[in-house]
Amino acid sequence: MIDVLYFAWVRERIGLPRERIETAAPTVAALVEELKAREERYALAFADLASLRVALDQELSSFDAPLAGVREVAFFPPMTGG
Amino acid sequence: MRVAVQSAAFDLGAEAAAFAAAAGGAGAVVTFTGLVRDNGGALAAMEIEHYPGMTERAIRAMASEASQRWALVDALVIHRFGRLAPGEAIMMVATAAPHRADAFDAAEFLMDYLKSRAPFWKKEIGADGAEWVAAKDEDEAALRRW
Repeated sequence: MIDVLYFAWVRERIGLPRERIETAAPTVAALVEELKAREERYALAFADLASLRVALDQELSSFDAPLAGVREVAFFPPMTGG
Repeated sequence: MRVAVQSAAFDLGAEAAAFAAAAGGAGAVVTFTGLVRDNGGALAAMEIEHYPGMTERAIRAMASEASQRWALVDALVIHRFGRLAPGEAIMMVATAAPHRADAFDAAEFLMDYLKSRAPFWKKEIGADGAEWVAAKDEDEAALRRW
């Protein structure tokens, strides 16, 4: 089981802030493909990966990163702090 | 080093005074404060979302890198989330160093990193609806000078 979190417009498009997912996806990209295949709202949210960022266990990462041992994955748009 | 991620407003003067008073050995204190722009009266409110847990971690990592790169006596980052009105303070950074160049550079470094590497997302609420603020290419480019 893995916790998947969504922020900003990713959260709005998918319609929930977080969920627990049973997955055997080896990488972030494979998890994204699984999610996109679920429902249209996921396909819309993940349509353009270049406009998304991913964090694994609260550290910025990349879509080709492995998921082994990861407990928390977060997807969000580029950050706008400050 | 103190990192505060909070919804409550903060008192800029009181924070700066307390920070300077506690910065023993410093010869320079730099503070920066970011305010909600009103976009010529078009903005009703700004909503700031963040990633609890990661936000504090990311800011602490930035502050600790700043301490390694410059001779800092202390650093402070306060960043708010939630719904803010135009003119309200969103965040402040303070740095204390023996000399001003280090205090200025470290404050700029922290500001550049907070913009693009701390997990905050701003949404502008206007009369005609709400829109997420898009990240700017120049903010990403600003990181390359460090």
